[in-house]
Amino acid sequence: MKTSLSRRLAASVAVLAVTGLGLVGCGSDSSSNDAQSAGGTSPGKGKAECAQLEQFGDLTGKSVSVYTSIVEPEATAQKNSYKVFEDCTGATVKYEGSQEFEAQLQVRAQGGNLPDIAYIPQPGLLKSLVQGGYVKEAPKPVSDNVDKWFGPDWRSYGTVDDKLYAAPLGANVKSFVWYSPKMFKDNGWEVPKTWDDMIALSDKIAATGIKPWCAGIESGEATGWVVTDWLEDALLRDAGPDVYNQWVNHEIPFNDPKVAEALDRVGNILKNDKYVNGGIGDVKSIATTSFQEGGLPITKGKCALHRQASFYAAQWPKGTKVAEDGDVFAFYLPTTNDQFGQPVLGGGEFVAAFSDRPEVQAFQTYLSSDVWANEKAKATPDGGWVSANKGLKIDNLTSPIDKLSAETLQNPDAVFRFDGSDQMPAAVGAGTFWSEMTNWITGESTTDALKKIEASWPS
Amino acid sequence: MTTSEKLVQMAIAIVLFFGVMAVILLLTQRLRSRAGERVQAAAFLAPTLLLIAVGLLYPAVKTIYLSFRNNADSAWVGFANYEKIFTNADQLQTLRNTALWVVLVPAVSTAVGLIYAVLVDRSRFERFAKALIFLPMAISLVGASIIWKFVYAYKDSSQEQIGLLNGILKAVGLPTYNFLLEEPWNTLFLIVILIWVQAGFAMTILSASIKAIPEDIIEAARLDGVSGLQLFRHITVPSIRPSLIVVLTTISISTLKVFDIVRSATGGQFGTKVLAYEFYVQSFRTLNPALGAALATLIFVLVSPIVIYNIRQMRRLEAR
Repeated sequence: MKTSLSRRLAASVAVLAVTGLGLVGCGSDSSSNDAQSAGGTSPGKGKAECAQLEQFGDLTGKSVSVYTSIVEPEATAQKNSYKVFEDCTGATVKYEGSQEFEAQLQVRAQGGNLPDIAYIPQPGLLKSLVQGGYVKEAPKPVSDNVDKWFGPDWRSYGTVDDKLYAAPLGANVKSFVWYSPKMFKDNGWEVPKTWDDMIALSDKIAATGIKPWCAGIESGEATGWVVTDWLEDALLRDAGPDVYNQWVNHEIPFNDPKVAEALDRVGNILKNDKYVNGGIGDVKSIATTSFQEGGLPITKGKCALHRQASFYAAQWPKGTKVAEDGDVFAFYLPTTNDQFGQPVLGGGEFVAAFSDRPEVQAFQTYLSSDVWANEKAKATPDGGWVSANKGLKIDNLTSPIDKLSAETLQNPDAVFRFDGSDQMPAAVGAGTFWSEMTNWITGESTTDALKKIEASWPS
Repeated sequence: MTTSEKLVQMAIAIVLFFGVMAVILLLTQRLRSRAGERVQAAAFLAPTLLLIAVGLLYPAVKTIYLSFRNNADSAWVGFANYEKIFTNADQLQTLRNTALWVVLVPAVSTAVGLIYAVLVDRSRFERFAKALIFLPMAISLVGASIIWKFVYAYKDSSQEQIGLLNGILKAVGLPTYNFLLEEPWNTLFLIVILIWVQAGFAMTILSASIKAIPEDIIEAARLDGVSGLQLFRHITVPSIRPSLIVVLTTISISTLKVFDIVRSATGGQFGTKVLAYEFYVQSFRTLNPALGAALATLIFVLVSPIVIYNIRQMRRLEAR
């Protein structure tokens, strides 16, 4: 009995040791960014949609693990969009979505348990992982795809120290104002084309007894992020994309006079008792209204305007028609002057690879191509997804708001800038920026709020 | 990791557990002498001690160590992190709020629990009344916070109300009130949530201990003609004093660690931060692990005396 027991024990120890080794022993060093090939003939040889994937050879039986923050119901559309890749290469994709993605990815990096690929929604997180030495440089086909389909603005957010690490995946547009086309038509209001028009319209609406704007910034521990988007949008319009970059990278102080000016511009709307908070309460009620509920008074005719990203489309109650001739729709947040083209504030995910095996590089190449962008559009029949990929055919998108987002992103005049708070150090971008903007809504002055954030910037 | 992989891991863990036990048994069963018993005892205690050392001692020591280092863990900074806790205006407010919680929650929950226990004692609907106040104990703190968030929900007086309290205020013609926003009262409204949860715990323990008071003492007092209030003051309270202290200290400890309520109800906004929440924010969200470690150590230092006192009291209770 003794022998059999100890033998079993030895076996289980061996199993543990092997799994442990498997977790640690992945990844090899390679400094060039040439694409790797597995050799053999690619199963998809000759098919048009597989053209770019042929160079990686026969990947039958190989698998690529993907870790993301995209969970059900969106995950199904993601997985469905990988079929072309699997048919072309013979490799399979193992998909894992988690709502704890941001924190868990860092834990997995430290524990040596990284996936092959992760979709990272924050350039700041990507940068810290690159600096930790975890991320592999993007192979040449990916780099070429990014140049061809995305352009320099988007490329820069996946780039660290002049090397491209991660190609963009999905995108969202934050520079939108939601409104009710029906309400506008009934009252003879028109969608404003400039910021001044928008203020004139707000005064007109306020004169009818309706508070024109509604907002909500409560979002659990992330309370305040909505105002950070407002400020970023205003700064981008007033001071331009270059000053915006300097501000995000802390080359100018956080409380630069230009920033204060932009925040006061936001204050003219959000801290104006005549303008807010339609259908909810006074200015301070913005702080305790959840961002999901912030725009809902529009559906009851108690508010006319709500600035929020494209993804707010998911918040409208069932049965609300989201279309230009429907119950609610969005217009581009107008510019304050025409010096800087059409600035667009937004967000998105980036595809970082922690391994450079041929199948991983093949998958990166597929995701950065126009083929995938269109496959994903077709795999998302209910809408709610868009990419900045210029090869994405707008006709493949189903929902009107997705089409508007894609048009806004593909507009040749558009200057895209990524959400600034996602790029700043966590102490500011996920800390004081949120909390001080909340305090600003509940009464703190512009000067004090900006000064406190500046003081908290890690040296 | 797929489900089957998890199951395999679980199976390995179980096999490993029995394997270790079997090895210890096999190795020690031959030792029959007195010294052998000691070896046996040591062999069985060793795995536990090892796990405590790895799971409890090591993290505690490491946290204390980190609290004297900088954020990158590359240089010693002395007491700088602690200095920040006691000088920074935001941190001072956190300390003040925590003090308010620790004073009010144990005192009020114990008082409410005690009075309730005395009032419903031996009444006709005792069981039902007890179940009523004990029910919130079954709800997680996050659940309780979400419930109360709806109770406190605010809309302007002119709008349709969805919050219970503001609904009442509007019905009686008073202006509605933003309970979670207005400092410093919002902290008190959050404290109410924890009292609502903890009063049931206090009531259960105290009620059991009231029932354990010997009948003859009460009868003797009654014969002497004491009133109900005097009976409570001179007989009931002194008899259940040890349980009272256990209840008070236990609630104090859980109050010092309160985190869920603040996180779910206000996210620490509007001046409602407390130590345990601030520790989490600094460590995991704003990536100031050194300050986070200092806050954790401070909580540990504050809890320790209460825990020690509590253990002594419990021992005394058991000795009786």
